[in-house]
Amino acid sequence: MNATRSLSMIQAINEALDVALERDRMVTIFGQDVGYFGGVFRATEGLQKRHGSHRVFDAPISEAGIVAVAVGMGAFGKRPVVEIQFADYIYPAADQIISEAARMRYRTCGEWWSPITVRSPYGGGIYGGQTHSQSPEGIFTHVAGLKTVIPSNPHDAKGLLLAAIEDDDPVLFFEPKRLYHGPFDGHHERPVQSWSDHPDAEVPQGHYTTPLGKARIVREGDEVTVLAYGTMVHVALAAVQETGIDAEIIDLRTLIPLDLDTIRQSASKTGRCVVVHEATRTCGFGAELAALVQKHCFFDLEAPVERVTGWDTPYPHAFEWEYFPGPARVGQALRQIIEV
Amino acid sequence: MALGPTRAGKSRGNLPPLDLYVPEPKFRPGDPVDYTHLEIPTAGKLARPDEGCAASETWPLTLDLIRVLDENDAAVGAWNPNLDPETMRRMLASMALTRAFDDRMYRGQRQGKTSFYMKSTGEEAVSIACAHALAFDDMVFPSYRQQGILIARGYPLVEMVNQIYSNRADPLKGRQLPIMYSAKDYGFFSISGNLATQFPQAVGWAMASAIKGDTRIATSFVGEGSSAEGDFHAAMTFAAVYNAPVVLNVVNNQWAISSFSGFAGAERTTFAARATGYGIAGLRVDGNDILAVYAAMEWAANRARSNQGPTLIEHFTYRAEGHSTSDDPTAYRSAHEREEWPLGDPIMRLKKHLIALGEWSEEQHVEMDRDAAEQVKAATKEAEKNGILGHGMHHPFHTMFEDVFEELPWHLEEQAEQAIRERQSKFPDWKD
Repeated sequence: MNATRSLSMIQAINEALDVALERDRMVTIFGQDVGYFGGVFRATEGLQKRHGSHRVFDAPISEAGIVAVAVGMGAFGKRPVVEIQFADYIYPAADQIISEAARMRYRTCGEWWSPITVRSPYGGGIYGGQTHSQSPEGIFTHVAGLKTVIPSNPHDAKGLLLAAIEDDDPVLFFEPKRLYHGPFDGHHERPVQSWSDHPDAEVPQGHYTTPLGKARIVREGDEVTVLAYGTMVHVALAAVQETGIDAEIIDLRTLIPLDLDTIRQSASKTGRCVVVHEATRTCGFGAELAALVQKHCFFDLEAPVERVTGWDTPYPHAFEWEYFPGPARVGQALRQIIEV
Repeated sequence: MALGPTRAGKSRGNLPPLDLYVPEPKFRPGDPVDYTHLEIPTAGKLARPDEGCAASETWPLTLDLIRVLDENDAAVGAWNPNLDPETMRRMLASMALTRAFDDRMYRGQRQGKTSFYMKSTGEEAVSIACAHALAFDDMVFPSYRQQGILIARGYPLVEMVNQIYSNRADPLKGRQLPIMYSAKDYGFFSISGNLATQFPQAVGWAMASAIKGDTRIATSFVGEGSSAEGDFHAAMTFAAVYNAPVVLNVVNNQWAISSFSGFAGAERTTFAARATGYGIAGLRVDGNDILAVYAAMEWAANRARSNQGPTLIEHFTYRAEGHSTSDDPTAYRSAHEREEWPLGDPIMRLKKHLIALGEWSEEQHVEMDRDAAEQVKAATKEAEKNGILGHGMHHPFHTMFEDVFEELPWHLEEQAEQAIRERQSKFPDWKD
């Protein structure tokens, strides 16, 4: 195993991109402000200088254009890794992602495919208001042909991003921007934490991958299964600590492909399941998870599957902490489901 | 105290009410057609600037019309590509074959052999000239009306028919709507139903070629209607910003289904004129004059290949037939439009030119048409052995679930098994 050191999530992502550029000359990185400046979140800092402006460059403010150009480059044989500055701004590219990248392999019977990775900061908890806080993963998990990946810590961020880049299917890689510089459990009233002493911030040097389609049991437990990803993994951990309920917390890591086996084994064991995500509730990815648990664990379930999610409203500014599903709301759901 | 205009502060009582302008085509069904408003410039009069010229120098060419074949069927002027007769005969044969193919496939749809077809009648010169002016390995990102490129590049007709019939030999395994071909070995990119998406993709392909230091260029096509899509703007912007080696084409055939070109902005300026606003070279060409189209394509290809940047070409032509087999153009346009179209028919014009040169004859032309019809007939018969739509001869059922991802994930495996169970209970004798 390579030597490890403690990195923030943004450093881990930067390192993954650096490793990918180093290993495969077909990897090309572009997006708004990612070149000279190094990205508004510093994810691509230093990469243009190290790898040249043919490998890492700035792009016009055109999300549709960025993804379309990536699809065209993919058809040529390149392996583009593009950035959409905020997931809230991915919608202009939706046609290229949904109608083109996702279907290229299918509609050409494998003559062409789109080995592209679309990185995008997502999620709330940062006073980002309506257009810097959204969690649009459910829109894309509904699309056949796309993979959706969401890391929750620096170690996974690097390994999953390298796996996503090396994957020949189009991958949406949503990065919880609230976690870029430290873990966040929803306790906004407490001082900001850094990744420095967190065990999952120990990141190996060089190349490694964290396989897509494999969830991780973050905490073993017997009373209830919590399905979470991104920032909500840390919120769930806090809620478990605060309620003292012996919950098993599963970090899904990839939504498509989904690790059904891990989910099924856990929910069958505990007989109870709470799904947690920041995204709005109706038709969110939690609905798919609830339906799968209901179908596969029906005879083991002792309570209805519960969902703790963002409300079905646009993401507000002033009511950040009334909207964000924090540890109090998750804890309440855990208590309620145990009492059923 | 308010500093600017207040609600009550400014009276507009004397101004006329605002009035929304909604474009209306000149002729509707039953109307007589008079094209005298269309200025058709004399052939041969336009200068041919150097291929490395500044984009702004092409401005006059974007407002005019590059024409080579004159009223005496001679090839004239600086844009005359001076093609040898053999090349011209091959282009003529490709156009004739494309038209014969379209006619037969249209009939095939009417006979119920497939669900859908789209002809390119009247626009054959655009595709065929492109195929001849570019290298075989330059990548084409077509729309759905450039079947002539496949035909000119020698893609087997029987494969095209197999695709149209969605039969057991269909290269796309029955997944795609008829005519949405994909032919990697022929440099013909997968056709998408979503309009204009291929335009910026072509720019990306060209950028990749430039990054690699390759010599191949890309080309793409949209109709004038689809040029209204945002992807058109994205393509032009990226092409200009990165000086991408790409030839972008707008085939202005006057109609986007039932909407005349005015709804894409044609009443205000030409489509070629959009080029210079992006800093891209623009050419506007008589799309029914295959020598002019060839010359424009060649100019743009040379420009791209020598790192001088992208070109937008507007091909001014006329969609002689309905939009598709699902369309009846007599419901929205005058039937006389086609007859009166002042730029004529691309096949007839090249034919007359070759005859005027003494390089072709009526007899040879009849023979060529007969040969084209025979080729198409033979291909159709061959393809029909593999089945026609809805007659049960298709790719194995489970292939429906393949290629969504590189590998079959568990949820698709599960769904494939379920679908197969459902099919078996419906058809107990069914095998694949």
